[in-house]
Amino acid sequence: MGWLLIIKSLIALGGLGLLLSIILLIAQIKFTVKIDEREAEIRSVLPGANCGACGYPGCDGYANAIVTGKAPLNACTVGGPAVAEKIGKIMGQEVTAAEPPVAVLICRGGKREATERFEYYGTESCREATLLLGGPKACIYGCIGMGHCVKVCPVQAIKMDENRLPVIDEKVCIGCGKCIRECPKGTLRLIPRSKLVYLACVSQDRGKAVKDVCQVGCIGCGLCVKVCPVGALKMEGNLPVMDFEKCIDCAICVHKCPSKSFVDRAPGRPKASINPRCTGCGACVKVCQFKAIEGEPNHQHRVLPEKCIGCGQCALVCPVKAIDFVGALGYALKTQ
Amino acid sequence: MNPAKIFLAAFLVNNIILMRFIGLCPFFGVSTSLNTSIGMSAAVLFVMLLAAWVSWILYHALLLPLGLVFLRTAVFILVIAALVQFVEMFLKRYVRHLYSAMGIYLPLITTNCAILAVTFLNIDYKFNLFQATIFALGTALGFALVIILFAALRERLESAPISPAFKGFPIAFVSAALVSLAFMGFTALFGIS
Repeated sequence: MGWLLIIKSLIALGGLGLLLSIILLIAQIKFTVKIDEREAEIRSVLPGANCGACGYPGCDGYANAIVTGKAPLNACTVGGPAVAEKIGKIMGQEVTAAEPPVAVLICRGGKREATERFEYYGTESCREATLLLGGPKACIYGCIGMGHCVKVCPVQAIKMDENRLPVIDEKVCIGCGKCIRECPKGTLRLIPRSKLVYLACVSQDRGKAVKDVCQVGCIGCGLCVKVCPVGALKMEGNLPVMDFEKCIDCAICVHKCPSKSFVDRAPGRPKASINPRCTGCGACVKVCQFKAIEGEPNHQHRVLPEKCIGCGQCALVCPVKAIDFVGALGYALKTQ
Repeated sequence: MNPAKIFLAAFLVNNIILMRFIGLCPFFGVSTSLNTSIGMSAAVLFVMLLAAWVSWILYHALLLPLGLVFLRTAVFILVIAALVQFVEMFLKRYVRHLYSAMGIYLPLITTNCAILAVTFLNIDYKFNLFQATIFALGTALGFALVIILFAALRERLESAPISPAFKGFPIAFVSAALVSLAFMGFTALFGIS
């Protein structure tokens, strides 16, 4: 009995195991899904952050979309040019990498600048605070400052500062747009990484109403539209809208704005300086919007450094190329 | 036994998670958000039904005639694991969207004790195949009910002001115990034992 039982159970269990493994083996061969080899290769060069910035569900989805010809090869903003080049090699196509955008906060009204309507004692959560009459800020458009974007950022590029506003580390930001989708107030947006100047206010209210609740809100005066040398700004409702294609990053709007609603991302700007080639024609004096150039006609002019903002407009009109820009290392002014 | 009674007993009175305390790992593991808990519940429902059928047939056709009833634990684990593997391959080939919907939960469920428990209970209660099906269905839906309810509860807990010592799993355990107490109220109705 004893031996028979052992043999019987060995055969039953072993036979079952063998049978199942054979079935699985057959299934494995029969049901193998043909995956394009290139898909696996592309997947291996993608960063694997699954951030969704390309517009597809994760890196697997993007790899699949490339192979089926539905996605552009350079949509991965995280990997940037290096990854786009590798994908191009796999697919046998030339690619130019897309410039990853950068997320910026388009509200400057922190604790210091913007007033509050009521004291909020709820959970420290932007979304929950928004549900309560649009949040404690007197400006219903502005950033609530409870850091939901900090929590959702996949690369920890966002921190809150002591003024209760998120600060985005542009070097770390991968431009995936997750914070923009999650922000209940819509006070974040993506801008082209190479562009330096943007309007940081979303208030649709009229000037007086904005001024009452926020020191740095756009009052919709339209001055920036008038001073823009390339016509990149135009008023839509009570807010100027910037055309990033046209903008030359001169930052004249930044300095002219009476409510300081524009932000200049440039770490520092050079100042104009006039060399002895100057004939004293006075063209630069006319074009300078900050009265930063003075001098007698037909004599070499000079620049007042405390007034010059480095917009570069004078260099554009100077007939003898007598204006140089000095200072602010590593920053190339776009004068063309 | 009356099928309706079996179903209700498995669904509420003898709920697999809150009354039998089986399948607690997925209960705490994937109940952090509504999406994952729904995915898990679907996978459990699917695998539990299949496992109940296969194990019942195997037990009555193979183990019982050969007198190898003591081998049932090993045999059931083997069969369920192989079955899930097979189903996963099949779905990947022919029903791609179902495969991607259940995703990672399908292989995860292979080693879930709730599945094994149902196959054993079917035998211990001496159910026929129809009753076993009803029992598996009720149990899986009971699992889904609790895990989805609890996911909603935990999403609320995320934003509730809880003292740091209790944040996360401790408060989840405390609330699970309270929910379990509430389910204990059903025991007065009827049950299967």
